[in-house]
Amino acid sequence: MRSVIAIYVENKYGVLTRVAGLFMRRGFNIDTLTVGETEDPNYSRITITMNGDSHARDQVMGQLKKLFNVKQVKLLADGSSVERELMLVKVRNSPETRSEIMAAAEIYRAKIIDYTTDSMCVEVTGESTKLNAFIEVMKPLGIMEMCRTGVVALDRGSATIME
Amino acid sequence: MMTGSQIMVETLIEQGVTDVFGYPGGQVLYIYDALYQAGDRINHVLAAHEQGAAHAADGYARVTGKVGVVIATSGPGATNLVTGIATAMLDSVPMVAITGNVPTTLIGKDSFQEINITGVTLPITKHNYFVSDVRELADTIREAFRIAKSGRPGPVLIDIPKDVQVGECEFTLGDVVEDFPQERVEDADIAKAVELINAAKRPYIYIGGGAAGRGMTEAIKAMAEKIDGYIGCTFMGLSALPNSYERFLGMQGMHGQYASSMANKEADLIIGVGVRFSDRATGNVAKYASKAKIIQLDADSSEIGKNVRVDVGLVGDIVDAFARLLEGCEAQSHPEWRATVEAFKTEGRMIRDEAERRAGDRLTPQKIFSVINEIKDQNTVIATDVGQHQMWTAQFADFERARRFASSGGLGTMGYGLGAAIGAQIGSGDRTVLITGDGSFGMNLNELATAVSYNVPVVIVIMNNGVLGMVRQWQTLFYGKRYSASVLGRKTDFVKLAEAFGARGARAASIEEFRAVFEEAMAQDGPYVIDVAVDEDEFVLPMLPPGGSIDDIITTREEEEK
Repeated sequence: MRSVIAIYVENKYGVLTRVAGLFMRRGFNIDTLTVGETEDPNYSRITITMNGDSHARDQVMGQLKKLFNVKQVKLLADGSSVERELMLVKVRNSPETRSEIMAAAEIYRAKIIDYTTDSMCVEVTGESTKLNAFIEVMKPLGIMEMCRTGVVALDRGSATIME
Repeated sequence: MMTGSQIMVETLIEQGVTDVFGYPGGQVLYIYDALYQAGDRINHVLAAHEQGAAHAADGYARVTGKVGVVIATSGPGATNLVTGIATAMLDSVPMVAITGNVPTTLIGKDSFQEINITGVTLPITKHNYFVSDVRELADTIREAFRIAKSGRPGPVLIDIPKDVQVGECEFTLGDVVEDFPQERVEDADIAKAVELINAAKRPYIYIGGGAAGRGMTEAIKAMAEKIDGYIGCTFMGLSALPNSYERFLGMQGMHGQYASSMANKEADLIIGVGVRFSDRATGNVAKYASKAKIIQLDADSSEIGKNVRVDVGLVGDIVDAFARLLEGCEAQSHPEWRATVEAFKTEGRMIRDEAERRAGDRLTPQKIFSVINEIKDQNTVIATDVGQHQMWTAQFADFERARRFASSGGLGTMGYGLGAAIGAQIGSGDRTVLITGDGSFGMNLNELATAVSYNVPVVIVIMNNGVLGMVRQWQTLFYGKRYSASVLGRKTDFVKLAEAFGARGARAASIEEFRAVFEEAMAQDGPYVIDVAVDEDEFVLPMLPPGGSIDDIITTREEEEK
């Protein structure tokens, strides 16, 4: 079971290490982790996605709450939150593949942000499953390298992490 | 204006600290200078090794309930604290560890004696700090004390680089910090728990380290009376209740009391108070207490259901929650349960008596403890190291009041005992008995120098069997008697060793000799080492094999070896 956990943390020395280290030493795996500033520069927001049963998830959340610099931990439920991930994919550009890459980019509402005669860099944004699907399309065309940001997510509507 | 070092010392004094343990070095010279100047207001105890100092601060905290404070220099001084800090972490002991570090301009350059101790101690502290600005120092120390003692206590480390120690700023005296407020358990959850209590026919109250020394003794006894139940404890719960109390069955688990483990198994309700259901207490969790509903009270929400399934979890202020359970539940009478448990108690006694009968005149741990129990008084503190002697202490030592026991439960730190005994004695002002083994004692016996320097009245009973007894016991049972690296074969003369350190020492080979020597030792000022011979094949029994359940209980050595 995949869970998305939002963590509101004080912007202090070592806080990312504390959060990431907790996953390591409790034996839980992080699938993605993103971190960035929030509307209040004293705080950062970390978004973690993980796989594990509800027991593992509850343990993670309980242990996270115990970290002193962590101010809030919230599980972002599937239906009531929006999430996005951004990906850059560099694909081999050749007369044979060019049109297929561009067609796929069009359909996936992706942008071509770099173009040379032998490579193209495509920017795709969306839910992780969409990104995965795009990768499958690109694979046979020759992915040279790629990079994903990991998931960011917010509650739908006026609900916030601090509610 | 004050320097950072002066601010540090003044903040410690402000927080009520009267004793600190430590060892000086290059990057804490300013701190030691400030300590020297405040020497009439704060007492510094110089250990032989930083690890000993950390264990001393831990032992001090366990018996006083105050925050133990340890100071060490950067680099090796700081890394030597690691085992002591981890020991405190696993047993939830409030501690503040202060380390010096190289000046901020030299940080990150692999400077002489530089180590990133906040990184090293990240997983073994409740929280830690690197102080980069002297203006934040006082509040950081205050916050550290608050974190160390609030909720589920634990160690906090503060790393102070040398330039912050000499930096100057204004200092305003503050108040002793109060604990963070704890959640009050919801009435609805209390009601659910009360319902389970009222429905139970075979209740078992299970006390752990989170309940020990919290002033809950009377409430726990009152609950046992009211619901006609029995009380057992974890290793960390020892000394929370008087052993003389007839409804108290003692420790349960791998080396628990027979009656306590059996009652735990047969109970239809377990009320866990400040326990974490560790693997040593539960054995195979799939088979653990299969007949029981479980109520768990804990200050730490992540403990609820971490190791075993729990029917009702009560998170927050457990003292308040327990009082409300007591008030809310109905008075009950369970004569059948009483008869069952009393039969377990009789059986447990028979197993013990039978073991003693077979032992004949052999100087068994049980005989040694009967003398210790007779001669010590209710204020005597007992500290231990780790191994067979520790489990014998858990089984045989009588405790009559709370906070009289210092032993490394969670981490199982051999070498913990002597430092802890010194700290516990200094904290309590009461005579302290260290029960140790020749293996454990060998790990940190250098602290004998500390005990002599400060003339600490600690009686050190070395249960000397010439082997690593607990390792040997496992090798006997599970490794085909292949005694790999567990036969010490040393020629250490502990009596001469004691004398070389400036302490007194004596040897005992029979129970009569032990009685005479122990009596004399307990009347002495200063440290006294007793080397008492124990058979190398003495077992800690009963034993539930690791990963097994109570059905696999081993009660006699002979039966196992057939």
